[in-house]
Amino acid sequence: MTDNIKVSIRNLYKIFGSDPKAALEQVRAGVGKTHLLEEHGHVLGLQNINVDMQAGEITVIMGLSGSGKSTLIRHLNRLIEPTAGEVVVNGEDVLAYDDARLAQLRQNTMSMVFQKFALFPHRTVLENAGMSRRVRGEDGATADREGQKWLKRVGLAGYEGHYPAQLSGGMQQRVGIARALSSDSEIMLMDEAFSALDPLIRTDMQDLLLELQRELHKTIVFITHDLDEALKLADHLVILKDGAVVQQGEPQDILLHPNDPYIIDFISDINRARVLRVRSIMEVTTQPGTNLAGDVEANQNLESVIALSEGDTNLNYRVMENGQQVGLLHMRDLVRALVPVEAADPARRVA
Amino acid sequence: MATYDGLIEATGLEDWCGGDVGDKPLTMAELMARAQGGATPETSILDLPFPSLDALNQSCAAVPRSRDMTEAVEQGFLAIKDPLKVVLDPLTQPLSWLLDWALIGFQSVPWFIMIPALVIVAWFSTKKVGVTVLVAVSFIFMAFIDFYDDAIMTLSIIFVCTIIAVLLGVPIGIAMSRSNTLQRAMIPVLDMLQTLPTFVYLVPLIFLFSVTESKLYGIAIILYAIVPVIRLTDLGIRLVDKDVIEAADAFGMSNRQKLWGVQVPLALPNIMAGINQTIMMSLAMVVIASLVSAPGLGVKVLAGIRNLELGVGLVAGFCIVLLAVLLDRSTKAALSRIDSSERA
Repeated sequence: MTDNIKVSIRNLYKIFGSDPKAALEQVRAGVGKTHLLEEHGHVLGLQNINVDMQAGEITVIMGLSGSGKSTLIRHLNRLIEPTAGEVVVNGEDVLAYDDARLAQLRQNTMSMVFQKFALFPHRTVLENAGMSRRVRGEDGATADREGQKWLKRVGLAGYEGHYPAQLSGGMQQRVGIARALSSDSEIMLMDEAFSALDPLIRTDMQDLLLELQRELHKTIVFITHDLDEALKLADHLVILKDGAVVQQGEPQDILLHPNDPYIIDFISDINRARVLRVRSIMEVTTQPGTNLAGDVEANQNLESVIALSEGDTNLNYRVMENGQQVGLLHMRDLVRALVPVEAADPARRVA
Repeated sequence: MATYDGLIEATGLEDWCGGDVGDKPLTMAELMARAQGGATPETSILDLPFPSLDALNQSCAAVPRSRDMTEAVEQGFLAIKDPLKVVLDPLTQPLSWLLDWALIGFQSVPWFIMIPALVIVAWFSTKKVGVTVLVAVSFIFMAFIDFYDDAIMTLSIIFVCTIIAVLLGVPIGIAMSRSNTLQRAMIPVLDMLQTLPTFVYLVPLIFLFSVTESKLYGIAIILYAIVPVIRLTDLGIRLVDKDVIEAADAFGMSNRQKLWGVQVPLALPNIMAGINQTIMMSLAMVVIASLVSAPGLGVKVLAGIRNLELGVGLVAGFCIVLLAVLLDRSTKAALSRIDSSERA
């Protein structure tokens, strides 16, 4: 896995203010965010970000508002220029690109979906969907064909002639996704793409994204402030606070081993049974177990296992993956995993 | 004994002043005083004059009088007039030609072609029955009371001036929207053009160009009317949704694609509102420009004032109002059609 890094962010700093270079020295010398603002009038946007994004995976960057997540995603296609650091895409440093090469990157390699949709209000749905093709200078027929294809794929066939303002928010964001997909880029940047939608539509859109991802295997960078959404989508989860990475890794791992009070506070309110998967809490063994009540899949979530066991905590299950036994699941462990030790202890919580 | 003699003595400036007050032309006040028999009226502290140029000149000959000052301004203006003319004359000559051609062109079309043509233009630009009927009725009315020729002349001048104002104003507005420095530099100029009383435009222009040249009033109209289209183009482009611009950037649009594919189309309602204002201001100025030989309805109004032909003046004024209303209605209807087809 590690040999397939698509996007890599190295030692990235972003400081907003009149003299970011001087402020950078201060930050490197250990001056904190609040101090920097009070003493020097500079805002520390991002500090020392190091993230590797694997090809074909969904990397979710999560943080509350003001944590710098939207700033971070805009560094990938240089909508915002960093103060220091590197952004490496396909082995090339994006920051060394000139304007022409940068335009090429934005047209061919990276597409973007926005929180506020940002569709062109004066263009039809079809023209919006095929926009990325037209920008590249491809002819109208190709653009319309691709636009049509992706509109159909996101479930908007028949709306080609409408204008964005005539569609609901969810439908507009589907157009936004179709627009990003029709560029055929390997990398998709999604900036709080579903945050403006109501909860039911949001779930629909998340399912749509996962379904598309199973098919297309894009490298997706997804920004969100919603932990449930992050856990649902993420292959790799990066948690950002005050412009710095607090913890990153496999979401199940973060859930079971949070390393920061901030994260503990964060994860204490989520439905663990729905998020945690059997493989994260099973006993890894190929030994045949005793007293087995049946088979479960490694990727099943705990909620479904609880339903299966009808609440009986004495049961054991054989855990299967691709028809092979990969471990044993004891219901006792399962129940224990539902109660996070750290979260249950009020002394360790921030709030 | 003038009021400020004491001051001059106290400051020791007598030498610089050079003694005698020379035999310069008299000011009006001096003339009045002489006419009254030279008797110096009683003076009290309440009559203390402001230490103006004229008042100081009475005590100190070296201080210029205000008429010398205006004289100097005039001389200065005349001095730069010739070199300025060498540059401006060829630059602006096409404007004269355009205005003359338009006047000849509009007038040579017979009324039975012109009126239907205007009605058809109104219909296709507005698609509104009311506005089209208004245009038809107005022109038939003006033709019936023999004001048709004047109205058509006014219309042809507005036509030429508006086109030039838009051709110059939209690019200036676009440039302003892209450069904060240019915007900062332009805004005082635009403010000045807009606050300058309309008559004041005519003063320097009369010196620069001959009153017989059409460009004289053409320039006055364009300078006055170009402001709204520049302002609203700049504003319209700056008001385009930042998120949409960001999306255009994120998909790698070039600046040109962004300008013509996103910014200008989305700013179009504002630009059209600017064009509407420009047309209305051209109409306002074309009436005043009749003072410097602009033909059309303004001449009739002027005749009404000069010769006290009350009826002619009032009827011509009414025709101007009619023209203003129908120009405003048609451009606004055309504008709302653009708005709704954008569905923005």
